[in-house]
Amino acid sequence: MTTLTQPGAGAAMATPDASVRPVLSVEDLRAYYVLDLFGVKREVRAVDDISIRIMPNEIYGIAGESSSGKTSLIKTIAGAIQPPLTVVGGKVHFDFRGKSIDLYSGAPADLDAIRWRHLSYIMQGSMNVLNPVRRVRQAFIDFAARHIAAPSRRAFEEVVVAHLDRLHLSPHVLDAYPHELSGGMRQRVTIALATVCKPEFIIADEPTTALDVVVQKRVLAMIREVQREIGSSLLFVTHDMSVHANLCDRLGIMYAGRLVEEGATSDLFASPKHPYTQHLISSLPRIGDRTPREGLKGTPPNLADPPPGCRFHPRCPMAMEVCRTVVPPFVTAGKGRRVACFAAEPETIPDGIANATRSIAA
Amino acid sequence: MTHLLEVDKVGKTYAMGGILGSHRVRAVENVSFALEAGRPEIFTVIGESGSGKSTLARMILASVPPSDGAIRFEGQDVAAIKSRRDRLAFMKRVQPIFQNPFEAFNPLKKVDRYLFMTARRFNGVSRRDEVERQADEALRKVGLSLAEVKGRFPHELSGGQLQRIAIARALIPGPALIVADEPVSMVDASLRTSIVNLFMTLRDDLGVSIIYITHDLATAYYISDRIIIMQKGEVVEAGDARTVLADPQHPYSRELKAAVLSPDAAITGSALAETDAATLEPT
Repeated sequence: MTTLTQPGAGAAMATPDASVRPVLSVEDLRAYYVLDLFGVKREVRAVDDISIRIMPNEIYGIAGESSSGKTSLIKTIAGAIQPPLTVVGGKVHFDFRGKSIDLYSGAPADLDAIRWRHLSYIMQGSMNVLNPVRRVRQAFIDFAARHIAAPSRRAFEEVVVAHLDRLHLSPHVLDAYPHELSGGMRQRVTIALATVCKPEFIIADEPTTALDVVVQKRVLAMIREVQREIGSSLLFVTHDMSVHANLCDRLGIMYAGRLVEEGATSDLFASPKHPYTQHLISSLPRIGDRTPREGLKGTPPNLADPPPGCRFHPRCPMAMEVCRTVVPPFVTAGKGRRVACFAAEPETIPDGIANATRSIAA
Repeated sequence: MTHLLEVDKVGKTYAMGGILGSHRVRAVENVSFALEAGRPEIFTVIGESGSGKSTLARMILASVPPSDGAIRFEGQDVAAIKSRRDRLAFMKRVQPIFQNPFEAFNPLKKVDRYLFMTARRFNGVSRRDEVERQADEALRKVGLSLAEVKGRFPHELSGGQLQRIAIARALIPGPALIVADEPVSMVDASLRTSIVNLFMTLRDDLGVSIIYITHDLATAYYISDRIIIMQKGEVVEAGDARTVLADPQHPYSRELKAAVLSPDAAITGSALAETDAATLEPT
């Protein structure tokens, strides 16, 4: 397979050009946890009206606090949902080289054909991914053997060893049991597992959260290196914005099941438009800076009963009368930027609301 | 000046393995420091996984006896605590906060139970209204109230709320020292600020000293008065937090500082170099 490494590709990705088709397009996706217990119906709106497009060879980051729906979103994108999580509307379309697929409209068999070969997943708890009573070799056979057309087991193993070598892992890890490896090493093995088939699209769910700083930095460097080498797209989810700042080309900020802002990482950090993004960025501690930082007041909304209007308004320092009743549209705001906020984009305020711009901030 | 806590040339050896082929692991080697009484501070212990920082915390909490040296709390050797009454008296003064609030609370029990039990056991109160009053008072110190917490199970609360309840529980006996082992590493980055701000409030308003164990240099810089940096059980650098973190001298401290991912990288360029991946631990 040829590599698609293009230096500086990240900057170009911020402005998708028409000739390159996105690998993933998500349109108006809504996925709710639908609960129906003894006739009592409840919906938890974990993913609400999300549209994103991810280009080839791009690292797209999703940030947001716990219970903002990040994990539900990536499960839906990966086609790995189980009731009560159900897709209520919208579509997820993948456009791989030579194969395109619409999740949630095709047959389940199509999904099996793309999984791991074209679409793979780096999970958070490396101990839970690897079977503790079987050697690492067996994990590679289970995950990848049927996707790599190798004439024999030995040929398959050669492919695996060559890939491990690329990730600076020695072939001896194949003989190890998961508990014999350190946390950082195990996480690297799961990254090797997810990339051995050279998939076009990789989803990473907080892969470095459990690691300490020195190991985290090296593992992130490795993820980026292997992503560049095989030229795949990476959807990277974490709550730690410092990681996003160092890794991602573009960022989407999620709050209570909705995307509230999106843009190139450097633009977003330089001039965040949404008050929630502004808070996230300004609250990050920096060495050499001891100015007092404010924590965000209040608690994240209950997604079974989200506040009307803008879901952030009860905690927003810039909340206005209109935010209480009207959902701000997610509109383009400058080159490659989208934001859903009436304070940032006053022209999106609909006409005919009394005292629309009167402040209601606590 | 009297010492609140005196850690005097403390070491800990763990014996690994069985009868055959056992070997010894030095988890902590010759660590000394002291906290002054009447001068509350946030004392930070920094180190990567396996640096012995959690073992040090357990020794200070008297749950693991040191192999060498001694730990004295208010002049008394903690290894000499034997009777149940002495232990309760010690635990009333020194309280822990753990890493993962979701694991610290039993998911099948209501969280208020932990607050009530602590009040009954350490403060000797038995009347229900008095127990609830003490729980409410402690919760108010961390920005919550009993009305918000009463009757709730851990899954109904966010990680940040649970960690604040854990801190409130630790405050009920009126401790002089809190040992917090990685209290924010499982909490969302956006909630970390409110937790570490709370530690500063405890120090300034309630006069509680805090031993803050972490691998996060950025929050350590933000709240600490003094720090020690540990590597493989030994203290490699110690001193005033700002001085040490602004200009670390030891090669290991420099490596740690270089590994901190700065949010400014989005504008100034990423700190992730391809060469880092090549320097991963040998397999």
